[in-house]
Amino acid sequence: MTTFDPYAPSRETTEGKVFSVTGGDWDSLVQEIGATKEERVVVNMGPQHPSTHGVLRLVLELEGETITEVRCGIGYLHTGIEKNIEFRNWTQGTTFVTRMDYLSPLHNETAYCLAVEKLLGITNDVPERASVIRVMMMELNRISSHMVALGTGALELGAMGPMFFAFRDRETVLEIFEMITGLRMNMAYVRPGGVQQDLPEGAYTKIREGVKLMRKNFKDNATLLIGNSIWMKRTQGIGYLDLAGCTTLGITGPVLRSTGMPWDLRKVQPYCGYENYNFDVVTADTCDVYGRFLIRMNELEQSLRIIEQCVDKLEKLHGAPVMVADKKIAWPAQLALGGDGLGNSLDHIREIMGTSMESLIHHFKLVTEGFRVPAGQAYAAIESPRGELGASIVSDGGTRPYRVHFREPSFNNLQATPAMSEGGMVADIVAAVASIDPVMGGVDR
Amino acid sequence: MFGPKGTGDTSGYGGLVAKAAKAGSSERPYGGYFDEVTDNLERAYPEFSDSIERVVIDRGELTLHVKSEKLIEVAFILRDVLKFEMCMGVSGIHYPEQSGRELHAVYPLLSMTKNQRIRLEVSVADSHPHIPSVVEVWAGNNWHEREAFDMFGIIFDGHPGLTRILMPDDWKGHPQRKDYALGGIPVEYKGATTPPPSDRRSYK
Repeated sequence: MTTFDPYAPSRETTEGKVFSVTGGDWDSLVQEIGATKEERVVVNMGPQHPSTHGVLRLVLELEGETITEVRCGIGYLHTGIEKNIEFRNWTQGTTFVTRMDYLSPLHNETAYCLAVEKLLGITNDVPERASVIRVMMMELNRISSHMVALGTGALELGAMGPMFFAFRDRETVLEIFEMITGLRMNMAYVRPGGVQQDLPEGAYTKIREGVKLMRKNFKDNATLLIGNSIWMKRTQGIGYLDLAGCTTLGITGPVLRSTGMPWDLRKVQPYCGYENYNFDVVTADTCDVYGRFLIRMNELEQSLRIIEQCVDKLEKLHGAPVMVADKKIAWPAQLALGGDGLGNSLDHIREIMGTSMESLIHHFKLVTEGFRVPAGQAYAAIESPRGELGASIVSDGGTRPYRVHFREPSFNNLQATPAMSEGGMVADIVAAVASIDPVMGGVDR
Repeated sequence: MFGPKGTGDTSGYGGLVAKAAKAGSSERPYGGYFDEVTDNLERAYPEFSDSIERVVIDRGELTLHVKSEKLIEVAFILRDVLKFEMCMGVSGIHYPEQSGRELHAVYPLLSMTKNQRIRLEVSVADSHPHIPSVVEVWAGNNWHEREAFDMFGIIFDGHPGLTRILMPDDWKGHPQRKDYALGGIPVEYKGATTPPPSDRRSYK
């Protein structure tokens, strides 16, 4: 009855007829599926589907266009980061954790470092300037992460304009990151005991200008999407998950706040001195995709407020240390720009090479072997753009982590996909997943 | 801080592997809200002394070491009476030298009502790695338990679908156990060969 279609070959299995779609003529595929007289169709969406946020695989059981069952398939981006860290020293761990959730590298680093500092017992010895820099970098990072969430989320629903605006604004943040850390992502900038190096000259001005520019630019997306009738039709009442659902599934972050629960670890369990900043916890009470979208939009302004307060504090703390005073833990944080890129400051090199044999030995031991961390376990949780990011770290007293486990908000929140989408339309699962904002690097680690 | 203690090893990598210190139960008062949590649990759960092996306060965190067969009872009371309505997953740890209790599962709990955090720890023998699943208590632990099974081989009894989650379905072994090598291939560059990390002298 049907002719062979090279783009949609089919074969018989015990479960029924299987079609492999690789493009080509959809009409012939639809005809073939129609000929099977089967109401129930199982569709593999992903792992290479542009609307599934990276390599997420969704197995959808459909009746017509209604989803009756969803299963998530993950693991396509598993890189064994947690295992690898066990073979590196504590400071090198930051280079690994920064690559987990690649849209919020600074949050990963900070969660890891807070847990290591807890194990070392130096939580209160971290200099204030280092904490303020951490807060500022995390808030900048929250903006760049929310920009991707908004931009790709809109793109997945067919709106291309917001993506251009979002990536333009994200660029402002990435330029600041590049100026301060040398890298646009995966910086390993936050280190146990403080940060890798102090802010470069001209950083305050650049950040202030960036904040001003972003505050102006954010209006573009706000006027484009808030109240837009097409956008609201695609997002309102979609991906519904109420407080009971969030609690039982352990959901945190914007999804939890969209139920009206003002749960933000920056407020309720402050870390890095968040209690010293003025900002509001943004909530919505609609439990849907639109509410989560509004939360992310409004959190941008709150982050800008925090960044401004950070710059004020940093100007007052200019010249203060950015690394703990304990030289047995502090990696050299006084870096200089050499002819071959970034290196240790000339003063430091002069000291270890010319003046003090002990300093040389100390530097060598610290950098090759690393410092020891007293045995025990610690859990440090921070509010990442996606929810509670927890670092469970175990030390056996050695120079390398015994076990590092990240409680990734993306990993946990992705479990809500069936609850949000079953019974809805296929097109709406895209909106629901986009509102969870999973980052597969964090999910799979 | 650095270097060997006792062995006299001056290789620069001396004594890299130190045994984990195992402290006994902590002494009262625990400080903070930990006394309140423990008292409330003792009141609500008559079998407290039988089920909780140790109460450890370390670095400002409370850990309750629970017997694995009593985990579900304790979990229900913690959730319903003490309002620890969220479980932040489960993290497996492999201690090959602790014979009889090689595999540990650690559950960080969060109470949003009272703004408190505690931790449950369960340990089982590698020869019989069975822990009851807490999915019926905290449904969100579903994937976390699958991950711990995938990485450590801990079997969570009563889990609705305990399959691998990160590794391929036909994978052999459980990668994050200490007896599972990191692997890797040696890299040659200009005649010199760098061995894979787990074969390097510094990591032995």
